[in-house]
Amino acid sequence: MRKTLRIIAVVLMVGAVTFWATTGANQGWTKTRVPQKVVDEVTGLEGVHWQDKFVPGVDFLAMAALGAGILGVISLFVRNNSK
Amino acid sequence: MKTKLVILALVTLAGMAFAAPQTFDFKDPKGINNAGFKLDAPLESINGSASGISGSVVFDPSNPGATQGKIVVATSSLIVPNPMQRQHMLGDKWLDAAKFPEISFTAATFKNVQTTGDTTTADVTGRFTLKGVSKEITVPVKLTYLKDKLGQRVPNQQGDLLVIRSNFTIKRGDFNIMPGQFEDKVSDTIEITLSIAGASPK
Repeated sequence: MRKTLRIIAVVLMVGAVTFWATTGANQGWTKTRVPQKVVDEVTGLEGVHWQDKFVPGVDFLAMAALGAGILGVISLFVRNNSK
Repeated sequence: MKTKLVILALVTLAGMAFAAPQTFDFKDPKGINNAGFKLDAPLESINGSASGISGSVVFDPSNPGATQGKIVVATSSLIVPNPMQRQHMLGDKWLDAAKFPEISFTAATFKNVQTTGDTTTADVTGRFTLKGVSKEITVPVKLTYLKDKLGQRVPNQQGDLLVIRSNFTIKRGDFNIMPGQFEDKVSDTIEITLSIAGASPK
């Protein structure tokens, strides 16, 4: 049980970092919308269209680290069944 | 003689019609009109935009300095990329969008008016209203009059377009938005970029 919790904690952290890195390694806050610039040919105005898109940020990593940490701490108080 | 008088009257009327001020409606069916805003913050600047633009401007191509009008932005249309930041921004502690649903600027006087071709630049003084607080501010504007271009933008409509661009800054503390608080996390200065086009159908 102890080992399982620790494995889950590691998988959670590695998975979060991998997901964060593959989605652009955003060093800002997590975004659920991203702006897309649109140019109106007649007026020359530059508009913004918001596209729904999840981009994890450093707060996402922090939450994953917190979750992994909690699992790690819990594992310290759980009896190891393998013994 | 009578015919000449009629022709003279018609020419005069046509001239008056040509020079008459036009009213431009800034509700944009294409959804391009927007007001962008930026606030500095430690991790990354807060960049957003608002698309709920409305209002009207009375513009006379032969006398751009006499332009009058009001531009309104729906507070609830303000968007930032982070959902929690948006929730806080529209909440009662910051913009209180439920109680103050509109942000507006009413132009009063134009100064330093310079016109080149269809483009006019000026410093416009007017009343900026945000979170129920109205203050007189002066902002630089660039007006571009696009005669007979409405049809190219909106099919089956004839008329003119008026493009307004402006960049200016305000201080959130001046408008009772958490004055003096959290300035280490969200700057007091807000940079605003207005990019809008109004239509005057014929």
